[in-house]
Amino acid sequence: MDAIDISLVNWSRGQFALTAIYHWIFVPLTLGLSFIIAFMETIYVRTGNEEWKRITKFWMKIFGINFAIGVATGIILEFEFGTNWSNYSWFVGDIFGAPLAIEGIMAFFLEATFIAVMFFGWNKVSKKFHLASTWLVAAGTNLSGLWILVANAWMQYPVGMHFNPDTARNEMLNFWEVFLSPVAINKFIHTITSGYVLASIFVIGVSSWFLIKKREIFMAKRSMLISSIFGITSSIVLISSGDSSARFITDIQPMKLAAIEGLYEGKKGTGLILLGALGKSENYTDDNKTWKYSFKIEIPKLLSYMAHGNFNAYVPGINDLVNGNPEYNIISVQEKIERGRYARNILADLKKAKDSGNTLKYEELKKKFHDPDFKENYFRYFGYGFLNNPGSIIPNVPMSFYSFHIMVMLGFYFFLFFIIILICLFTGKIDKWRWLLRLAIISVPLSYIASQAGWVVSEMGRQPWVIQDLLPTVVATSHIDASTVQVTFWIFAVLFTVLLIAELRIMFRQINIGPKYGGKEHV
Amino acid sequence: MAGNIIKRVFRFYFDGFKNMTYGKTLWVIILIKLFIIFVILKLIFFPDFLKKNFSSDDERSNYIIEQLTK
Repeated sequence: MDAIDISLVNWSRGQFALTAIYHWIFVPLTLGLSFIIAFMETIYVRTGNEEWKRITKFWMKIFGINFAIGVATGIILEFEFGTNWSNYSWFVGDIFGAPLAIEGIMAFFLEATFIAVMFFGWNKVSKKFHLASTWLVAAGTNLSGLWILVANAWMQYPVGMHFNPDTARNEMLNFWEVFLSPVAINKFIHTITSGYVLASIFVIGVSSWFLIKKREIFMAKRSMLISSIFGITSSIVLISSGDSSARFITDIQPMKLAAIEGLYEGKKGTGLILLGALGKSENYTDDNKTWKYSFKIEIPKLLSYMAHGNFNAYVPGINDLVNGNPEYNIISVQEKIERGRYARNILADLKKAKDSGNTLKYEELKKKFHDPDFKENYFRYFGYGFLNNPGSIIPNVPMSFYSFHIMVMLGFYFFLFFIIILICLFTGKIDKWRWLLRLAIISVPLSYIASQAGWVVSEMGRQPWVIQDLLPTVVATSHIDASTVQVTFWIFAVLFTVLLIAELRIMFRQINIGPKYGGKEHV
Repeated sequence: MAGNIIKRVFRFYFDGFKNMTYGKTLWVIILIKLFIIFVILKLIFFPDFLKKNFSSDDERSNYIIEQLTK
């Protein structure tokens, strides 16, 4: 293998992370706010109360700003696939084609058609048709997310495909296996409900600002009511799907589980770290980046239960996964590297046989790629064949650990926060507890931090893989000059920052104006 | 009949855009953004590496197999 240009890989990763992080600033609010608006308009249509129409239109205005600024920011990720990640794009093959095509045709047109009715259709179409359009926008927005998340889930858990050694592409064998993979379903539920929680916090935060200013009291309290109920419901699903994720990660990405818990030595009855800080261990070197807890608060045996549904179950640590543990049938990374190299050599021999016209050998080797034993015991470790050092399968432990714990702690805080808000609304204390209103405003940026931390856990925790066990990130990049990636990195940094500033300025201005339209009924 | 529907749909969008307030600012932002993304970034900075450097899928496959096996 050619020497890998680490600078190119790092800049490409940095650029992808920057683009994805900025894109994800806009997406979750769109996902959640679309449903909050639909609930509000449903109440308006059912009650005929004009106040609810006013409330709906105000939040629709905020939705429109966020949607307009955020739209098409995700397209850039697809540009990056073709330019910076061509090996990956080719290797992924047809898998992404179907989900992304469906997204383009179905969800985009659903949104594009009905969003116009949502904004322009007040007093022009019937109330029920307008309401149906609002619900269809919410459905379309969330369906857009579905296809992207199915694609992402396949990268974490590649199923339903066959590797074609002639083209070096993965071909989809079973669409439903890809679409309905347990990881895809769980990821979709967990991600969209995180958007619902973020949007609920956002609405409560903005409403709290109105209450502090003693403005729009009715709208603020009604908005808080809808959002706190939506937030509680979403939080329950969010926490449940997070719990399910632990079981999936245990099976398919055990290294990620060990990294997010900073677990080096596996054991039975493993506790879950509630709170902790990592420091470098005594034998920490550049080659051996091991961390130990400076302090930790642990819930005994809970990780074993979350991972296996059994308080005394064994959970492997990082060292077990690297070195192997025969007692628990854990294969060492060195063994996986050997098997991966064997699969790579078979692919190389197949190409040589094809190029030299040795049909007999070519046919014989090609059969191997259909042989269940080869697929299950060798090709599934194909990506390991690129690794030189078993330790290179360990992701960044501190980043995985802190991101995970920040996400989980904030997730539980939001759940509690929604309950407190709801109780205060019913007991009439919401106006009096100004500290709670201020806390609600502070919680808005915290919800964005939690949401981004979730993606850091998902994407940093699965390193070094771009496709789990099949393709390492370092092999996935194109052979281009790192300087070109640097240039576009800074262009994106400027472009997205300008967009974010524009969003914040327009949004703050419109929030400050409140639900007033200056006599006009339009956006 | 069909012409009438097209006319109504056109009026619907035309009136909608005409009566926009802050939405006009958003459209300006959207159009500038789309221009930057699809014209400047895509055409100048983001050519498809494999399409640009190879003329057929066979060539692309051979290149990737070389990348995966050497």
